[in-house]
Amino acid sequence: MAATAEEIAEAVRSGARTAADVVDEHLSRIAEREGELHAFNLVLGDEARAAAARVDESVAAGRDPGPLAGVPVAVKDNLCTRGIPTTCSSRILEHWVPPYDATVVARLLGAGAVIVGKTNLDEFAMGSSTENSAFGPTRNPHDPMRVPGGSSGGSAAAVAAGFAPLALGSDTGGSIRQPAALCGVVGAKPTYGMVSRYGLIAFASSLDQVGPFAANVADTALLLEVIAGHDPADSTSIPGPSPRSGDLRGAVDEGVDGLRIGVVTELADGADADVSARLDEAVGALEAAGAKVDEASVPAAVHGLSAYYLLAPAEASSNLARYDGVRYGLRVDGPDVSEMNHLTRTAGFGNEVKRRIMLGTYALSAGYYDAYYGQAQRVRTLIIRDFDAAYASHDLLLSPTAPTTAFPLGAKTADPLTMYLSDVCTIPSNLAGHPAVSVPYGTGDDGLPVGVQVMAPALGEHAMFRAAGALERNRR
Amino acid sequence: MTAAATTVAGDAGPERPPERDDGWEMVVGLEVHCELATSTKLFCGCPNAFGDEPNTNVCPVCLGLPGSLPVLNRQAVELAMRVGTALQSEIRPSVFARKNYFYPDMPKDYQVSQYDEPLNAGGWLDLPDGTRIGVTRAHMEEDTGKTTHRHSVGAQSPGTSGRIHGADHSLVDYNRAGVPLVEIVSEPDIRSSEQAQAYVNELRAILVATGASDARMEEGSLRIDANVSVRRVGDTGFGTRAEIKNLNSVRSLRRAVEHERARQVALLEAGGKVVQETRHWNEAEGATSSMRSKEEAFDYRYFPEPDLVPLVPDREWVSAVAADLPALPSHRRAALAAKAGVAPADVALVVDQGLDRLVEAAIDAGADPRLALARAANEVAADITAGLALDPAAFTALLRMESERKVTATQAKQVLAALMADGGDPVEIAAALGFEALADDVLESAVESAIAAHPREWERLAGGDPKLTGFFVGKVMAATGGRADGRAVTAALRARLP
Repeated sequence: MAATAEEIAEAVRSGARTAADVVDEHLSRIAEREGELHAFNLVLGDEARAAAARVDESVAAGRDPGPLAGVPVAVKDNLCTRGIPTTCSSRILEHWVPPYDATVVARLLGAGAVIVGKTNLDEFAMGSSTENSAFGPTRNPHDPMRVPGGSSGGSAAAVAAGFAPLALGSDTGGSIRQPAALCGVVGAKPTYGMVSRYGLIAFASSLDQVGPFAANVADTALLLEVIAGHDPADSTSIPGPSPRSGDLRGAVDEGVDGLRIGVVTELADGADADVSARLDEAVGALEAAGAKVDEASVPAAVHGLSAYYLLAPAEASSNLARYDGVRYGLRVDGPDVSEMNHLTRTAGFGNEVKRRIMLGTYALSAGYYDAYYGQAQRVRTLIIRDFDAAYASHDLLLSPTAPTTAFPLGAKTADPLTMYLSDVCTIPSNLAGHPAVSVPYGTGDDGLPVGVQVMAPALGEHAMFRAAGALERNRR
Repeated sequence: MTAAATTVAGDAGPERPPERDDGWEMVVGLEVHCELATSTKLFCGCPNAFGDEPNTNVCPVCLGLPGSLPVLNRQAVELAMRVGTALQSEIRPSVFARKNYFYPDMPKDYQVSQYDEPLNAGGWLDLPDGTRIGVTRAHMEEDTGKTTHRHSVGAQSPGTSGRIHGADHSLVDYNRAGVPLVEIVSEPDIRSSEQAQAYVNELRAILVATGASDARMEEGSLRIDANVSVRRVGDTGFGTRAEIKNLNSVRSLRRAVEHERARQVALLEAGGKVVQETRHWNEAEGATSSMRSKEEAFDYRYFPEPDLVPLVPDREWVSAVAADLPALPSHRRAALAAKAGVAPADVALVVDQGLDRLVEAAIDAGADPRLALARAANEVAADITAGLALDPAAFTALLRMESERKVTATQAKQVLAALMADGGDPVEIAAALGFEALADDVLESAVESAIAAHPREWERLAGGDPKLTGFFVGKVMAATGGRADGRAVTAALRARLP
């Protein structure tokens, strides 16, 4: 069993182990399996060794490098890293090098973490299998013929393969939780506004949220504590102080005695039988640990998928307009500016991105706005209302993270709608802006990991990590 | 000409549109884009400065780099609220929206603006002649960059390969991208090009008075779009309008509006129809031409900007802005006009130049109001920098000397010039220049001598030809070295008439 992030940081801070040694160990694991898995768009070997050396110098000089001292972290390639290419797995940004760090990246570095690479994703985070990457798919470490989920498939696979104990992803409709479930790791989407989006390349701004991956719940809480907190550079970041250091990490061991947890029937119903069976066992485990579990209803959640596939593409159609060949990224020359824009975008974007740009453009068009975008916003309001009603009698809600285990590569690429259904359980939390975490809970009939999703109301991370910790401890 | 005849200032020349009575009336609504005088841009910390080296005042945010996010500038909101307060708008909770269209000088290919929930809603503006023009809204938005189109010189010029030899290219300066604007949209209440001009001048005065903008049209900090339609006099409905884009001087505005009126009237009288479209004003040709029709109009796909939260100014802030607002031009005109006993339009120039405090001080100290207005509007306004520094007490003392005929009008102007140049005491300046009032007997004898020397001219004056008055005044002036008071000479001549 590989060392946890917590153990690594403690060893490095105390001088028991050098960061250089930690990084070398992880780089050699990457060297062994990266060719097979393709978790990374870019492995930062030299940079990671240099960063580790700086951490070790700090320790030697008697300074504390921080709570993630020497801990390798894999960073999704839609988070800006100064001086290091950030591609969104798109041809249009293939050679773009940001002049600045995303706030979360700066916080990682400030906590002593060592970034080992930029992980693969579905182009611009649009997808559920990481097959939409312009640079080729990532494979599931549990079965390389299967997808790791997506869009943060590279980050989930990196943690599952032991390339790094921690990873950052982004979650717009389930892009952290669904790959976490499919790869058998923990992945959390925080409350909208808890983590800064500054430097996260936007897909759908009102839904995007950066969040942590780890091999265990405690490390997930630890990483979230490092990246959370108000950022004046993000107007949608929640004002006020960050969660108290240790608050979320402490919750993991607190137990669930007295917590009222509801299983969302609308989300539990559509899952495969083996996934449902694991959810039932998870319920049993939580009850055994002292929680009170019953059924809960979020009726509007069934419309979440439809609303999401109007709102997210609408915002994306605007967010992705800037990739026009004028200032940075790919340019394909044409006889005039408009033709240059056209040729650049035709060559630079993949099919799924184009599909969503068209969908979103249509949803916002004059004459259609109210029927599509407007209606989807009303559904969003209904989902929040229904969640509020469910949370009136529950502290937390429970569902499968994804309806199935990891599916074979190519199984759903021909039919986008089937692919979209992978996110049916995760989307409602994004629409509501609520936090949710996926915790591995056993395996399906195919022996592949199953994830259980714990949902909480806004800023309900503390209770959420209590339940996640209990699930992890009481796994069969 | 005195101040009383001067109602408007600005860069418009003396040319006036021809008087018309063709049975048509123009209906104009104006959209004025005004750059706010903030120290930094609307959504980032880059300097809001004009004329710097291209692409030096830029950062990831105003360049729209991937991952960057906007943060609203509080000072810009405050200046926009000042504009709204001055325009009697209701200041309301507002929402920023994205206006989506592709243009290379717009870094994100959308403009962050306010759409259906503007900060300032409704309001009005009173022209110096008392006409009230309604204001629909005054909303906030970000400016775009600036594109310069160039033609490659030839194969020898650096960076020009044989393949793209002679190709056109464009350079974009993003220093202006993200500069805060307010767009002030008027109701279609304007009925003539003169009113359009007066509206812009009044708006400009308000923007300057509130400190919201320097409102320099020559630097592009004020740009105008005009919506123009025509209708038969007496009709109450509106005709189909054309929008003329990007007029960058009051003179262009007036000419473009006149031209557009004539074009539409000619079209309608020939049995044609006005097409709703966007038109471009060509200054050199003095004509508008079609840019795009309604069918070709952009679908801007507005939706709420998800990267910003709703802007909800609290009541204390709104009140503080209102309390802090300086007196507006219309209030200052009313105050000075009441004090001087003239119509508000008669004091417009003096107020526009910021000389109303000087004139009010002089009137309060007992100066003749009309004389004070005339000297302020002409001599003082002619050198406004010195004029604004003029000591009100000295100005008042000089006016009194002139009223009491201790100096002539000509002499008073010379003393005023000296006062504005170097300061000092007007009595001492007049003495130093030798401007002592001519003794009555000296004046009388000069008049006698002039009459005696020109008997034929005197006969004609006595015979009722008033033009000869000037002739004799001139002679007396020459004989006294300009020290005689013209009015006193006229009186002495009149006393001698049969």
